Amino acid sequence: MNSNKKVTLFIQCIIDGIFPEVGVAVVRIFEKLGITIKCPAEQTCCGQPAFNSGYRKEAKRAAEHFINVFGDAEAIVCPSGSCVNMVRNHYPELFRDDAKQLEKAKGIGVRTFELTEYLVDVLGLEDLGSRYDGRITYHDSCHLMRGIGVKEQPRKLIRKIRGAEFIEMKDSDKCCGFGGAFSVKYPEISTAILEDKVKNIIDSNAEIVTGCDMGCLMNIQGLLSRRGLPVKTLHIAQLLAGQSI
Amino acid sequence: MTRITTENYREEAIKGINDPVLQKALANLQIRLGRGAEEAYRNLPEGPGLRRKAHEIRMKAVENLDSLLERLSEKIRSRGGHVFFAEDADAAVTYCLETAQKHNVRLAVKGKSMITEEIGLNDAFAAAGIEVAETDLGEYIIQLAGEHPSHIIAPAIHKTRSEIGLLFSEKLNIPYTTDPETLTRAARKALREKFLLADMGISGCNIACAETGHITVVSNEGNIRMSTTLPKVHVAFMGMERITARLSDHDILFRLLSRGAAAQKMAGYVSYIGGPRISGQADGPDEFHLVIIDNGRTKILADEEFREMLCCIRCGACLNMCPVYGKIGGHAYGYAYSGPVGAVVTPLLVGINRAKDLCLGETLCGACKDACPVDIDLPRMLLLLRSKLADGDLKWNVRRDNTGEKILYGIWSEIVQRRWAYDAMLSLSRKGLRLFTGKEGIISSLPFFLKGWTDSRDMKPPARESFIRQWKKSENQRRVK
Repeated sequence: MNSNKKVTLFIQCIIDGIFPEVGVAVVRIFEKLGITIKCPAEQTCCGQPAFNSGYRKEAKRAAEHFINVFGDAEAIVCPSGSCVNMVRNHYPELFRDDAKQLEKAKGIGVRTFELTEYLVDVLGLEDLGSRYDGRITYHDSCHLMRGIGVKEQPRKLIRKIRGAEFIEMKDSDKCCGFGGAFSVKYPEISTAILEDKVKNIIDSNAEIVTGCDMGCLMNIQGLLSRRGLPVKTLHIAQLLAGQSI
Repeated sequence: MTRITTENYREEAIKGINDPVLQKALANLQIRLGRGAEEAYRNLPEGPGLRRKAHEIRMKAVENLDSLLERLSEKIRSRGGHVFFAEDADAAVTYCLETAQKHNVRLAVKGKSMITEEIGLNDAFAAAGIEVAETDLGEYIIQLAGEHPSHIIAPAIHKTRSEIGLLFSEKLNIPYTTDPETLTRAARKALREKFLLADMGISGCNIACAETGHITVVSNEGNIRMSTTLPKVHVAFMGMERITARLSDHDILFRLLSRGAAAQKMAGYVSYIGGPRISGQADGPDEFHLVIIDNGRTKILADEEFREMLCCIRCGACLNMCPVYGKIGGHAYGYAYSGPVGAVVTPLLVGINRAKDLCLGETLCGACKDACPVDIDLPRMLLLLRSKLADGDLKWNVRRDNTGEKILYGIWSEIVQRRWAYDAMLSLSRKGLRLFTGKEGIISSLPFFLKGWTDSRDMKPPARESFIRQWKKSENQRRVK
């Protein structure tokens, strides 16, 4: 039914380098839906790390590369809320003094979608026919929820996974303390915030914590692993693709 | 001048994190007030979108400050009040002190006011031998303890009931108790005596009104009304941005202020003060002074990108939702203003380099923007402050904060434009990190700046093959097929 749709994948750098299995899961989801996938091999990073640390000239170079690589792709889909927030909400700021680039940046922002946003809002899907046995809780990542307003889409998708029991944790919308460079520059504050998040995950009695941003999940996994806690982290794409741990 | 200790952000933050009493108090505060305000916004008949309207009202006022302040001061002067424009903290403090000395003031009572914290009024009065008694219960407690407020509207949240019991038994000579009602009664009795003896009342101003020529003060304890009506002389302080054009603006602004600050529909007491007592009036001071303070605000006003900060009405709502404030508490911010508002306004007031940790030490989660009753985009300005630190800025007199980091991001920006270079970087970091990877494929200890991560968290090493490489391979296979 979706055979005429085409998506161009933008794979977040953390997924590309550290968690490629998440990218594989995204591919599997679209293949199953019969959607044609493109994935430009020249892609690198959206520029967010530099931008968030204040290095705007450097972020702009990454943004220019992104715009060159993705050019006129009709739908760019990315399994990361914060990268989409960067492209959609911060690129226009980077190019505000360059009318021509600004127009391109705005155009590309409109055509860039976060994975669950694309599945639910654009394709109108909630049930992907996936199966995952276990108790699942969901963490709202900040830039996904507040930056691009995606809150219900992932929940809708999770609720339709067969075998899955969805449990809301307390303060699911509260920051996990990652904050990019913040996590290594102010580790004590970052960890203190993260401890609350992990406590809420444990208290939810879930076996899996999922989300739409690998940055947050990597942070959460870092403390779960250090403490030897049995809860596993999985990107929502992995759940939807039925990938096992 | 007030003490500025923004340089100690990190160590004070760690102290806060390790203080179990503070942790409990902050958690309660964020549930009660933070979540409470969220619900109060949702329950507004106009919905949370009213915050945008309030933003527009505030922004319009900020853009017309000169004429609004002129109208306000004309009206106050016409009623026999005095208006003084203070360029900086010193000028404001000196004016107030001279007024006090002219009237032989020995005791002044004060309603809670952040701007008097900003200008360091209490210390200056103490040095001149004049007692200033704080009359807000929370402020009174921390004044007795010789401390500074840790929250804009809940200044004593870092103190426990038993600490206050001990403090009161020592300072107010009452038997030790932890019963809140008994403690409040003791404070009330002590404060009543102060109110009756005071020769001067000092207050801040929430939002003045140009149309009617009034300042306003809002409180829940009635102490500000007492401070501004009982003593012979009343001196009110306001930041030059705390004004709005029309009385009707107050409807929206006060409803939002009360919701943001305390999850209330409206504060208990709202007073409009437009000058000294006139004949026939039973209450009110013989003399009224309004001190309108710049102290760095003109510079913020002049910068279009930071001007929005002047919309702030200092309600503290952003503190109640901020994950960082919720862990470190108010003292770490090292100045009158804590939390997200402090993280933006303090660098602008005391120097961006000096207060750099405040804007770097935030997660950029954006909860503050949603909590703000006047919808200020605090995360946008945090990012902007970081960009000033990254590259230096002449207008704000900022030096580049970290040359090494600048060079690294410069190299990074070359790499991310070329996939082959990016692949090389990935493979290099993979090889480097392999040295630190344990048996189970987990990194649990790293040197240099990455230590910040592994001191508390494990890390997964980079994958053997990046996703893009895997994709290229599978694409080639498909082509072969």
